[in-house]
Amino acid sequence: MKASATLPLTWGVIAVSVVVMVVIAVLLAFAIWRRPGIARAGRMDVGPDTGGTNFLWIGVAVSTLALFATVVWTVQVLAEIAKPPSAPGLTIEVTAHQWWWQVRYLDPDARRVFTTANEIHIPTGMPVLFKLIGGDVIHSFWVPALAGKTDMIPGQTNELWLEADKPGIYRGQCSEYCGLEHAKMAFVVVAEAPGAFEAWRAHQMALDATPAGGILASGAAYFGDKCGSCHAVRGSGAAGVLGPDLSHFATRQTIGAGIIANTPQNLAAWIDDPQGLKPGNLMQRPELSPEQRGQIVAYMETLR
Amino acid sequence: MADRIALEGTLPVGAIDTRASGWWAMIFIVCTEAALFGYLLFSYYYLAVQPHAAGTFPQGGIPSLTLALPNTFILLLSSAAVGWAQFNIQHDDNRRLIWGLAAAVVLGIVFLVVQAFEWAEKPFTLSSTAYSSLYFVITGFHMMHVVVGVGVLTTVLAWSAMGYFNRVRYAPIHIGALYWHFVDAVWLAVFFTFYITPLLGLHA
Amino acid sequence: MTVSDYTRSPSVGTEDAALAARLHKIWETAPGLGGWLSTVDHKEIGLRYIVTAFAFLILGGVEALIFRLQLSWSNQHLLNPEQYNQLFTMHGMTMIFLYAGPVLSGFSNYLWPLLLGARDMALPRLNALSYWVYLFAGIFLYAAFAMGFGPNDGWFNYVPYAARAYNGGPNIDFYALGMILLGISTTVGSINFVVTFMRMRAPGMSINRVPILIWGTLTASMANVFAIPAVSLAFFLLWMDRNVGTHFFDTAGGGGSAMLWQHLFWMFGHPWVYAIVLPAMGMVSDGLPVFCRRPLVGYTAVALATVATMVLGFGVWVHHMFATGLPNISLSFFSAASIIIAVPSAVGVFAWLATIWTGRPVFTTPFLFFSSFIILFTIGGVSGYMTGSVPVDWQLTDTYFVVAHIHYVLIGINVFPVAGAIYFWFPKFTGRMLDERLGRWNFWTMFIGFNLGFFPMHISGLLGMPRRVYTYADGMGWDWLNMITTIGSFVFGIGVLILIWNVLVSLKRGRVAGDNPWDAPTLEWATASPPPPYNFVVIPTVQSRHPLWEDRLDSRPEEAKSHPHAGLVLEHGREAIGTDPLDAQPDIILKMPGDSYAPLIFAVALTLVFIGLLLTAWWLVALAVIGAAATTIGWLWPQRALGETAEPANG
Repeated sequence: MKASATLPLTWGVIAVSVVVMVVIAVLLAFAIWRRPGIARAGRMDVGPDTGGTNFLWIGVAVSTLALFATVVWTVQVLAEIAKPPSAPGLTIEVTAHQWWWQVRYLDPDARRVFTTANEIHIPTGMPVLFKLIGGDVIHSFWVPALAGKTDMIPGQTNELWLEADKPGIYRGQCSEYCGLEHAKMAFVVVAEAPGAFEAWRAHQMALDATPAGGILASGAAYFGDKCGSCHAVRGSGAAGVLGPDLSHFATRQTIGAGIIANTPQNLAAWIDDPQGLKPGNLMQRPELSPEQRGQIVAYMETLR
Repeated sequence: MADRIALEGTLPVGAIDTRASGWWAMIFIVCTEAALFGYLLFSYYYLAVQPHAAGTFPQGGIPSLTLALPNTFILLLSSAAVGWAQFNIQHDDNRRLIWGLAAAVVLGIVFLVVQAFEWAEKPFTLSSTAYSSLYFVITGFHMMHVVVGVGVLTTVLAWSAMGYFNRVRYAPIHIGALYWHFVDAVWLAVFFTFYITPLLGLHA
Repeated sequence: MTVSDYTRSPSVGTEDAALAARLHKIWETAPGLGGWLSTVDHKEIGLRYIVTAFAFLILGGVEALIFRLQLSWSNQHLLNPEQYNQLFTMHGMTMIFLYAGPVLSGFSNYLWPLLLGARDMALPRLNALSYWVYLFAGIFLYAAFAMGFGPNDGWFNYVPYAARAYNGGPNIDFYALGMILLGISTTVGSINFVVTFMRMRAPGMSINRVPILIWGTLTASMANVFAIPAVSLAFFLLWMDRNVGTHFFDTAGGGGSAMLWQHLFWMFGHPWVYAIVLPAMGMVSDGLPVFCRRPLVGYTAVALATVATMVLGFGVWVHHMFATGLPNISLSFFSAASIIIAVPSAVGVFAWLATIWTGRPVFTTPFLFFSSFIILFTIGGVSGYMTGSVPVDWQLTDTYFVVAHIHYVLIGINVFPVAGAIYFWFPKFTGRMLDERLGRWNFWTMFIGFNLGFFPMHISGLLGMPRRVYTYADGMGWDWLNMITTIGSFVFGIGVLILIWNVLVSLKRGRVAGDNPWDAPTLEWATASPPPPYNFVVIPTVQSRHPLWEDRLDSRPEEAKSHPHAGLVLEHGREAIGTDPLDAQPDIILKMPGDSYAPLIFAVALTLVFIGLLLTAWWLVALAVIGAAATTIGWLWPQRALGETAEPANG
């Protein structure tokens, strides 16, 4: 959907709600202080069982009209956003895992399919189709500025289309409770002009270079040894599938599924103590000397 | 609404017919139990129409009616026996009441035995697939109800033999019978779901 | 009983002290521990329900305050994720299942026979059973938490996170079994209310003359009868999946479905939300008019709206699942139903408003709670209306906006009416008034604290804060809102403490109330405060909705008047009058059972069944089932003294 398509409805129901709240509050206050009774001990006067029913019926009638109008408007907007205005030019498959996002760019040409994680680039000005999969438990895909939520449920593939009008960086977050680190399961959507997007895509499809020697080469070797059973870097020997694919890692903005900025210092801190930054996540602390860690960081910074 | 409240006049004392609180309680117990079976069968149909259910509903081909159909009649017959017992106590015939209840108990037990054979013949177990889980859990729930029903009938049978009831005071018979008729009726829904709908081609 | 006792023309008379003394002997509970464990007096059971529910309210409240500290600012480390997850789950489960429903069962248990002019509930032993099972289920669920195995998947416990593969500990087994046990309590309690409504109303109290609280609890109980099996079944199937390898919710190729859980849960869950507010709305509908000094405007409309809400409430469960990828046609249908369900709510709001408008309000503490409830109800209502609109819900669902909504519903429509009801009926329960000055402090602290704490949650939700996060990053713009929420929730907590303080102080030192301190119109005020064990010396007869206001509401001929203090005299043992379901004409003299240990023994056996299932100790299950069955047979054994067996054949 286009988030902008649902905005008038959203503001509409907010406006109705606020008006209702204010009207009821004013009526209530006036009713209470209009003509207070006299508190006396023992028997008090009792008014007759008459009057007030007009009040009731007028209130209910007005409410009913507003409710029916909302139903009509809702159904209208629903129908409008059900299908994109034109066939989506790009299909992205997102699989949610505890607690990160695997992102595959689909293409009829198998050589153009590639996998990345926790950062999604899309072109502006055209609908993009998302195929959403729950990889383990239920998660929910939500980029508030671009679209509402769609749950990612194991056993079924949900679809969502969205379209970004303007280039920008949009934050997304898991919005269905999914266990220990539900709080720290975010991602980034980068919307860019179609040209910039195609350049990014072409770059992502290329393989990462393997350094020929020096500390970068030993960093690559340690990476393959200590990280490669869970993580993959296309073009290197590391081909694990349990954790996020780290190909072109250095081009990404965040580490740990959107929780900290991708800087060499943060990367070193993450590798040193993943459990401290995100307790309960499935990455165990690798056995590394500070020197080895430094070399891995240096190597990963070359994955551009 | 009646304007006059009739306070004068002779009233029965205690618990009789549909004025016994227990009778009303049983009506709503039956309601909640019926709802339970409704949700069980909902689960069946819900899983049956899932795209990944193709080929496994029903697992092992269309279930055979060889045992299930006669067994259904056995259960219906036991309901009839209870009905006959109810009729007779209302005409103060305690002997026929006892015979009716005893017949119903025997038929209920026969149903359970036949069901045990039916279970043994199934080529799958509780933990094979969603279908097998549904089959054993739903028919198992029903069998548990039959067991409870047989217990209820046996108890009221014993009370009948002790001469507790006559043509006015027979509320426990009515209450137990209500439960038993429910157990039989709900079997029809279970039977229809597992044995008949595949014949109607409602399944993948 | 001799043959002549099998039918009788009961005498008609008025109250007198000798009769009262005889009734007291017949109905009083034995003193000491034995009496305490075996009593079937609805008033005793009702008070136990209320006190137990409040104990759980305090536990759930403390849990909330702890995690509010964690959330008061970004990146706090007071709790680790697992602690947070157990705490928020326990909080939700406690408030929704162990407080909100049971507290209303407590009020209804205490009040129903008094409102109906009856001697007790229709099934007094079942009543005791429902309390014991509730208590044991609560202890069962809290035992898990105390051992560090509290449920940790939120109160709606979605699979597959609740499946063995992702949740290996006993946490979810405790939750599943505890919920089934609790469901048994709620079911038998509900059946008891329905049967009581059908059979126990005072002569002449036709269905258009019952107080609205009766309609509220009746509707909720009927809903429970049909809805509870859904959740009990869901939890049982989950327990099977986890322990014996069935595949109902298995998403890893076994043919099960994660969505099946959501359907079963919400088919129960949504009606349950109404079940824990409708009786509270009923208490307002009955209590508010007393302080407006006039009858409720639109009695019939409000009663019908109560029933309509529940009927529609069975058709809107899917609105908890709008984001699960359903087809547009069903989204449209359930969206429409979820918005239209606000129509009967509007009936209530305008009926209460009109009652105040055309009445002469008296500013007592119950009035403050009841009238402020109207605006809280409205806020909770419009936020529900917003989430009923699918495209809007896609943004709001699973954010703090929904957290705000559920708290405006549950605190606004349950806790505020309950607090008002405590002020209103405490004099009846105890014979003493609660302190009015403390009452004002109580009200304003709760009202300000609540709105301060929970209104900002709407905004944090609109700003994108998801629910059920143990912490959040700085720079999201959520810090100050959360700080305000935390402060507000502590202020609200202090308000609840003032209420409890007021109760404790007034029990001893409150002003003596008398039978009818508020000059209220319904039957519970026609008897002593606190009422005697038999409730009414003679069974009242009823000819209007306001038996104690009749002389001031209209002038009616003598034969059309209600008689709160004159009517049937029933004193041949514990007896009550059975009346027909519509017009309430007497049709039988019911013999009521005496106090009994059977409910307690049955509840213990039942709890042992569930402990056996938890430990998968089948021998224990088998023994406990046998014990429960034997208890049942003993319990139901026909007794001549209760008129359950035939009269002796020869005189």
